[in-house]
Amino acid sequence: MGEAIVITSGKGGVGKTTTTANLGTALALAGKRVCLVDTDIGLRNLDVVMGLENRIIYDLVDVAQGRCTVQKALVKDKRFDDKLYLLPAAQTSDKTAVTPEQMKKLIQELKQDYDYILIDCPAGIEQGYRNAVAGADEAIVVTTPEVAAVRDADRIIGLLEKEENIRPPRLIINRIRSHMVKSGDMLDIDEIVMHLSIDLLGIIADDENVIKASNNGEPIVLDPNSKASIAYRNIARRILGESVPLQSLEEEQKGVFAKIKKFFGVR
Amino acid sequence: MNRQKQQYVTIKGTKDGLTLHLDDTCSYRDLVMELEEKLSVNQTNEPDGPLVAVHLKVGNRYLTPEQEEEIRTLIRTKKNLVVESIESNVITKEEALIWKRETEIVSVSKIVRSGQILHVQGDLLLIGDVNPGGTVIAGGNIFILGALRGIAHAGYYGNKEAVIVASVMKPMQLRISDIMNRAPDYKAEERNEMECAYVDDNNQIVVDRLQLLTHLRPHLTRLERRL
Repeated sequence: MGEAIVITSGKGGVGKTTTTANLGTALALAGKRVCLVDTDIGLRNLDVVMGLENRIIYDLVDVAQGRCTVQKALVKDKRFDDKLYLLPAAQTSDKTAVTPEQMKKLIQELKQDYDYILIDCPAGIEQGYRNAVAGADEAIVVTTPEVAAVRDADRIIGLLEKEENIRPPRLIINRIRSHMVKSGDMLDIDEIVMHLSIDLLGIIADDENVIKASNNGEPIVLDPNSKASIAYRNIARRILGESVPLQSLEEEQKGVFAKIKKFFGVR
Repeated sequence: MNRQKQQYVTIKGTKDGLTLHLDDTCSYRDLVMELEEKLSVNQTNEPDGPLVAVHLKVGNRYLTPEQEEEIRTLIRTKKNLVVESIESNVITKEEALIWKRETEIVSVSKIVRSGQILHVQGDLLLIGDVNPGGTVIAGGNIFILGALRGIAHAGYYGNKEAVIVASVMKPMQLRISDIMNRAPDYKAEERNEMECAYVDDNNQIVVDRLQLLTHLRPHLTRLERRL
């Protein structure tokens, strides 16, 4: 029986889709069977970031409405032999095409076959959000060190805490610019964690390579030399239950090479 | 029928006027009849004299609003008497519940997050924070053991005596009764002591040291509950 994790944020553009793609890839690299589910019906992106856009035949709406089986709609990522699959969202309908009950049933079905189901949630707190959280056992809230993003994260945490079937959400802080934090122009990590008072799952430094990689349809995790890649791999290890210490950003900056060496040593 | 005359109404004169002790075991009709009788006998012949205040003590009898009104009218017709207070040992269950709700301290342990509203009838004791965008509302006072970074509204039903107390006072807005105050646009320096907010004599919400409340709102001490 697998575990379904919804990745959400409230605010748009903080990196939900990128996080979903990279955590999924990192978990697949760690040998787990992973299924990514894009619930952003009408504005699907996850397939583009994963570079699987042109292989889509059926989508989430087809499955939910019974036009095809889940197995048929799943797109296999050939890079990770039989470990990573994507259930794409429909581009032609909108969020109301699927109900939370249908999503619950679908996720239940996927949980039989996969170790991890990562659900990419759309921005907002309306039907799309409700669909995304319907079948989830666990939630990851992504935010950036901006006041607006933290405010929305707070709102979404409040909503997630009301869900009875979801364990207390955990936090990922994305796109941290250490020089801005140091100069006091950006919220620092302790401040955000204290404010939201939920467990911190990981922090990811701002990295231009992330954008480059998504444009090429290759998750950054596949590039072992980038800061963000290591951060995502660490988060994946924490999801798997390992305790990986959180490194402060300064250390991370100084110790990139040391960490890469350590990383290869581990592998 | 030989009616045994029993004293249903006892009249006592005090320096505050008259106190009428009304028996609580007889029927209401008998009581009204005797009241009528007694007051007619005792009526003074000075119609222009000063108004005499009458305090009614009805013991364990519950008077409906209609009955109260009837007795008030009855006494008022006796020239210079006017009912000032009616005191009863009993209240209805409904009134009791309302009173309980309005005076109890509701303790809640949670973080009030953005978009959430926590509303209580009496006093609120919040064990946790109010985050920006979150709102707490109380009919009475608000005591926050954590940080207040959102909106707090005390004395929601018009009680200007209500206060807001927080360990970390960094609110977006403070409201007490119908008075509102918002945080200054500039960033205030960090203060690490408990603070309270109250309405001062100029009808403004003031934030000050917690210790001042001892003098400003002595009624906050409630060792025992009372009506």
